[in-house]
Amino acid sequence: MAYPANYRYTKEHEWVDVKGDAAAIGITDYAQHELGDVVFVELPKVGSKIEVGKTFGTVESVKAVSDIYAPASGEVVEANDVLHNTPEKINTDPHGAGWLIKVRLANPAEISGLMDAAAYEAYIASQSKEASA
Amino acid sequence: MRYLPKSPAERQDMLAAIGAKSIEELFSSIPERYRLREALDLPGPLSETEVIEFFKARGAENSGGYTSFLGAGVYNHLRSVVTDAIIQRGEFLTSYTPYQAEITQGTLQAIFEFQTLMCQLTGQEVANASMYDGSTATTEAVLMAERLTGRSRILVARSVHPEYRDVLKTYAKNSGLHVEEIGYGANGTLDQKALPAALKDDVAAVVVQSPNFFGVIESLAPLADAAHASGALLVTTITEGVSLGLVRPPAEADIVAMEAQSFGLAPSYGGPFAGVVASRDKFVRQMPGRLAGQTTDSEGHRGFVLTLATREQHIRREKATSNICTNQALCALAATVHLTLLGKEGLREMAHQNLSKAQFALAELEKIAGVRRAFEAPFFNEFTIELPRSVKIVNAYLLREKIIGPFVLGTSYPELTKHALVCVTETTTRAEIERFAAALRRALEQPL
Repeated sequence: MAYPANYRYTKEHEWVDVKGDAAAIGITDYAQHELGDVVFVELPKVGSKIEVGKTFGTVESVKAVSDIYAPASGEVVEANDVLHNTPEKINTDPHGAGWLIKVRLANPAEISGLMDAAAYEAYIASQSKEASA
Repeated sequence: MRYLPKSPAERQDMLAAIGAKSIEELFSSIPERYRLREALDLPGPLSETEVIEFFKARGAENSGGYTSFLGAGVYNHLRSVVTDAIIQRGEFLTSYTPYQAEITQGTLQAIFEFQTLMCQLTGQEVANASMYDGSTATTEAVLMAERLTGRSRILVARSVHPEYRDVLKTYAKNSGLHVEEIGYGANGTLDQKALPAALKDDVAAVVVQSPNFFGVIESLAPLADAAHASGALLVTTITEGVSLGLVRPPAEADIVAMEAQSFGLAPSYGGPFAGVVASRDKFVRQMPGRLAGQTTDSEGHRGFVLTLATREQHIRREKATSNICTNQALCALAATVHLTLLGKEGLREMAHQNLSKAQFALAELEKIAGVRRAFEAPFFNEFTIELPRSVKIVNAYLLREKIIGPFVLGTSYPELTKHALVCVTETTTRAEIERFAAALRRALEQPL
């Protein structure tokens, strides 16, 4: 699956799609693939604050429960509640319908520290190499 | 699956396989200052004869020939030898944690049956495979409410078992929970007038016990409504499970914590018992401890597995829903066997006898000059009376007549100076109740 060129990526395998001070956040195709079938997601309430580098929710697959880390700080303006009944959207469309939350960024400058698609693809390639070494 | 310790040769083989020379080398990454170098302060080994002598001596400490009117969280109920015979089977007695479903179907099925029985009794949709006891189950229920609401203030009724509240406060001390107590009203139930002022929008849970520590039955529906109106959850604790044979199950509660001791577990020295946490299905992912689930295998046969284990300590480490990773499987099995033997009708009959005998006992005691029922709310098999004299002095007298007297409420409630909590179960005979009443009358007539 292609990694959208306009998204930014974290080492913890979250993506963020920034439009001005609004941002959508999800987990990457690589992350959903590593997790396996997602069976449950736990998302923050609208109005709550997330802080860069801290966990804001969990994704539970048949194998594990994994924390999701905030790629940037901000206030949650929308949570993708359809995932409660259809968490598999994270597997089928991780970069689109499987988005997790939308936030109003507190400090859009934080985004500049994240990887672009090319850097992220190089990063996961090195990760896979490490894992198979 | 049986649990067998490893022989020295097997330990050596395992060390060789991972390339370690000794157990000491395995632990070498632990900083020296955290290593315990002196021997544990434990008594030395005993021979078989000495072990038998030890347990004979402990057995002789049992209160044979005494009649007990002491309850307060631990209840003397009939137990069948069938329960002991089944739990002493090696497959159950020495079995280890059933992680491997393919070799532990019997243990998993027994746990699944336990969970089913606990759901039926409590009117809840899902129950876990048991906790240590009622007190830790209550605290785990509170922590669950904290996770579910994202709030940290807890309102706990003072009529919740004092030791349960102590356990809760111990957990709260270093975990950011703020525990506040709500008093009781003149009829012995939670003071509903004090609740609205305390129920602010930072309250995670209202914790109430029913029948409560004074023996009286709380009215849960209005408490649930009040809690829900402010976004809090209602946690209900049950110390006397037999009450559920008659009393309406706490279906209004969001989380139920229960002590299962009354179901086939001897009072012993105060344990081991088994705790229960039951809740609504939608809260299952925040439920502590383990759950057995029923499933279908690849050939279409019914089978059992540990389910939702992804949130347990052995997988999620410090982020687990609870740091209790071991349940009380054998005690839970005893409860399962006991309840299965009793059946629905048997449990109802047992509960009826408790209620009837407790009512009879109260009527007999109220005939004694100066003895007064303290709380007017309905009760099950325990009730509070006020005496014209110190309960401790009365109990010392009763003990000489081979009667273990009622619980001295003043030890936990300084304001209840002359109050006694009397427990009467199906094991107490009419003659014993009459003997108790007569002995109490004499105790009160004794010159000071």
